Amino acid sequence: MKLDPSSNSRENGKFESPGVYCNLMSTASSALAGKTSSRIGFWESTVGKKAVMAVTGAILFLFVVAHMIGNLQVYLGQEKLDNYAHLLKSIKSLLWGERVTLLLSVILHITAATQLGLRNRRARPRAYVKWASAGSTYASRTMYWSGPILLAFIIYHILHFTTGQALGPQFREGEVYHNMIVGFSFVPASIAYIIAMLMLGMHLCHGVWSMFQSMGVSHPRYTPLLRKFAVAAAAALVIGNISIPVSVMLGILK
Amino acid sequence: MKLKLHVWRQKNAASAGRMVRYEAEADEHMSFLEMLDVLNESLITKGEDPVAFDHDCREGICGACGFMINGVAHGPMPGTTVCQLHMRHFKDGDELYLEPWRAAAFPVIKDLIVDRGAFDRIIAAGGYVSASTGSAQDANAILVPKKDADRAMDSAQCIGCGACVAACPNASAALFLSAKVSHLGLLPQGQPERNERAIKMVAAANHELFGGCTNIGECEAVCPKNIRLEFIARRNWDFLKASCTFREEKAAAGAG
Ligand code: HEM
Ligand code: FES
Repeated sequence: MKLDPSSNSRENGKFESPGVYCNLMSTASSALAGKTSSRIGFWESTVGKKAVMAVTGAILFLFVVAHMIGNLQVYLGQEKLDNYAHLLKSIKSLLWGERVTLLLSVILHITAATQLGLRNRRARPRAYVKWASAGSTYASRTMYWSGPILLAFIIYHILHFTTGQALGPQFREGEVYHNMIVGFSFVPASIAYIIAMLMLGMHLCHGVWSMFQSMGVSHPRYTPLLRKFAVAAAAALVIGNISIPVSVMLGILK
Repeated sequence: MKLKLHVWRQKNAASAGRMVRYEAEADEHMSFLEMLDVLNESLITKGEDPVAFDHDCREGICGACGFMINGVAHGPMPGTTVCQLHMRHFKDGDELYLEPWRAAAFPVIKDLIVDRGAFDRIIAAGGYVSASTGSAQDANAILVPKKDADRAMDSAQCIGCGACVAACPNASAALFLSAKVSHLGLLPQGQPERNERAIKMVAAANHELFGGCTNIGECEAVCPKNIRLEFIARRNWDFLKASCTFREEKAAAGAG
């Protein structure tokens, strides 16, 4: 067992805390063990960053569920949906509180994902000539694909239905029903939404149970149920959201 | 049976390394390592360098052996180290790719052997308990609930072979760490250092070049000792709790 701190400077420069490796020898004199060396900041650690992703992911998940329920009012007719949208926008503190929370969540979620992703790439500098999966889901291995695609979608979606640039001159501020029908009558836009929602479904198939694991919650009785719940919730979100562009394209909503 | 092997050959840590093709003969009763022993004998008679691989007990308990077979750590049988993997699980004419564990934290020393010193340094950081060394205690002075003892044993099974790191697309050591944090953390004797242990071991793994966990479960699938993903959640819990409740040590304590 190598306890000599100098034997560990493989990662030149990066290694700044020899104290970590001295603890076996220095338990008797904890003064020597170093104050900061054997510790790690919450955000510095992979576990802490992952906890941030889990909490922000949970916030985004809850938002997506609420957002879909709100949108499904499109089936109740133009008046109902527009009134609902108006109600949301009229409570300014709620509107801006929600926007700030979501923006912060997205920023933290993506920052953590990027930093962890870069670390993970450095952790395996040479790929295997042959690698085979022995037991993970496709959705879990592709979080770093579904995530960035979602980011692109979120930007497009805001430009499309919130600020209107992507919808062009047909955009009418506050007339949500009208904007939806016009937006989804353009088939390429509908297809983009459908693809994005499939990505969201994949992301959440893994994400919704993974966030519990990241926060330290796992139990042989409940975790298998949770994994089923994640798939069911993801499926419900995908079907619910996709139904809207599909209904517009089929002429059910007009 | 005849096998086509593609083996990673690398002279030393500094050289480049490449896959080399060999024809090997095996008997179905051999272990995988015995098959390589036979290959090595033929290489030695031909005056070539034998394939270097790590091994010690050859009974699945020491954790020395391990490499990738067709992209799966320790080969196709679940819950089995490569020394306990028998050739009856392969068929005549099989083509097998043998590669060392690949991780920045596990540099290749030669061929299929990697340096797992990073694991030792993680253990040194937190894998201990403080024990009173006075007179011998009664055997059952400290009571341990059976369920806790069982779970501690489940995680204590970890032999530190490194398969979890090798199988993980992020080369994360989360399963190893979780086994070490949990096996002491589940027992009364491990409580005094429980918080510190989680922080110190996570810190040590961060200083090595391991990646982070994405909860995908490849590690659990290849672990020869069936360490479960559940322990990773437990490690996360211990670390999160320890980070939230951390207090500075009183400066002068004991130091005079
Ligand atoms: C905006 C772009 C997004 C990016 C780039 C992104 C990226 C990622 C990545 C890479 C992971 C895996 C992290 C890991 O396993 O280490 C992840 C996890 C997760 N994401 Fe996202 N994501 C995005 C948006 C979203 C959205 C919109 C939601 C919610 C609807 C969401 C919910 C989650 C959840 C719940 C997890 C699991 C957290 C955990 O495992 O602890 N993400 N995300
Ligand atoms: S040689 Fe000891 S576990 Fe395989």
